[in-house]
Amino acid sequence: MHAFHYHRPASLKDALSLGSQKTEGRYLAGGQSLVQAMKLRLSSPTDLIDLNALGDLKTLKAESGSVTIGAMVRHAEVAGSSGVKKTIPALAALAGMIGDRQVRHMGTIGGSIANNDPAADYPAAVLGLGATITTNKRKIEADKFFRGLYETALEPGELITSVSFPAPKRAAYMKFKNPASRFAIVGVFVADFGGNVRVGVTGAGPSAFRQTEMEKALSAKFAPESVANIKVKSDGLNNDLHASPEYRAHLITVMTKRAVEAALK
Amino acid sequence: MALKVSMKVNGKPASAELEERTLLVTFIREHLRLTGTHVGCDTAQCGACTVLMNGKAIKSCSIVAMQAEGAEILTIEGVAKPDGTLHPMQAAFKENHGLQCGFCTPGMVMNALDFAKSHPEPTEQEVRESLEGNLCRCTGYHNIVKSIMAGARAMAGK
Repeated sequence: MHAFHYHRPASLKDALSLGSQKTEGRYLAGGQSLVQAMKLRLSSPTDLIDLNALGDLKTLKAESGSVTIGAMVRHAEVAGSSGVKKTIPALAALAGMIGDRQVRHMGTIGGSIANNDPAADYPAAVLGLGATITTNKRKIEADKFFRGLYETALEPGELITSVSFPAPKRAAYMKFKNPASRFAIVGVFVADFGGNVRVGVTGAGPSAFRQTEMEKALSAKFAPESVANIKVKSDGLNNDLHASPEYRAHLITVMTKRAVEAALK
Repeated sequence: MALKVSMKVNGKPASAELEERTLLVTFIREHLRLTGTHVGCDTAQCGACTVLMNGKAIKSCSIVAMQAEGAEILTIEGVAKPDGTLHPMQAAFKENHGLQCGFCTPGMVMNALDFAKSHPEPTEQEVRESLEGNLCRCTGYHNIVKSIMAGARAMAGK
């Protein structure tokens, strides 16, 4: 790991001021992706601005129609929250499938979304549920947030403070995971808002995306057979030693079908 | 570029001036000389470096020591009683032959200690899921799973 300067600001104001000064610095949330990337020298920030002391970013509110999760809330807290389990059970289930239990004790929603790993789980839910990302500057709609491989709409120094998810009528997340890394080879989050269905896909492409053809079919009729015969094109999908683009395309249909089945249970 | 960091390790205060890029596991092993916490893969997959931070199992190769400022850390050295009496979870590993070479064992035990707190009578399936982040290259997990099921029951006094 290259050397860096470490900062632990005590207030959001101090964190943002450091974030704007240290142009080659990075905010540090749980560090479960960033620290490993730094060890491999894939990332070499000059400064790490640790957000762990910022209590404001650690609140979790589950109301009847929505769930708002502070950027520094750990995956394990979302997975175990009775409020999230009641309001959006599929979101709690997704959080409980991220990595392993040690990773879930450190990793945070803000860190995951800001990092935008192509195989991360949360982006599927952010798109599938049409979440709103709140930063220190503005509110960003899910559809405008993910821009490409590890790329988001965040500007330099901009910091996610919370993510709000509207509660659907029913939803489910299905993940075909790499058995070694537990990352999604393909993960599909399906949410039915009563005739308006959203389908968020992760792991398949350079960045999470919505599968609009399936959304249309499911909005007309929310049933597994609505998507069973949809053949997804493999153009632009990821190709690596774990799966070919064609295999991933096939998995999108299979995982969507299974997610619909699970949501109907 | 050194910063002071202070935490509690196995109940005792521990502080040092560290280079900021020092990993928590490096602080534990090389500064405190508590070498029971192992570095296996060094890429967050194997779990041999698992310790408890404020009661929760984490991978100490995946955070820098600075992130543990003010935290309570428990390593394998702090698990048995000072007189050497094994913790029920350690005793269960011994009883059930839950190790062969022993390299992964400290991480397995630390993760199991945290897991058992919320699962006093875990099923085999639950135990296997809890071990997603811990790799063993010797035993095929069978006896590790048996050990954790027995250790959890023993901890709960069952």
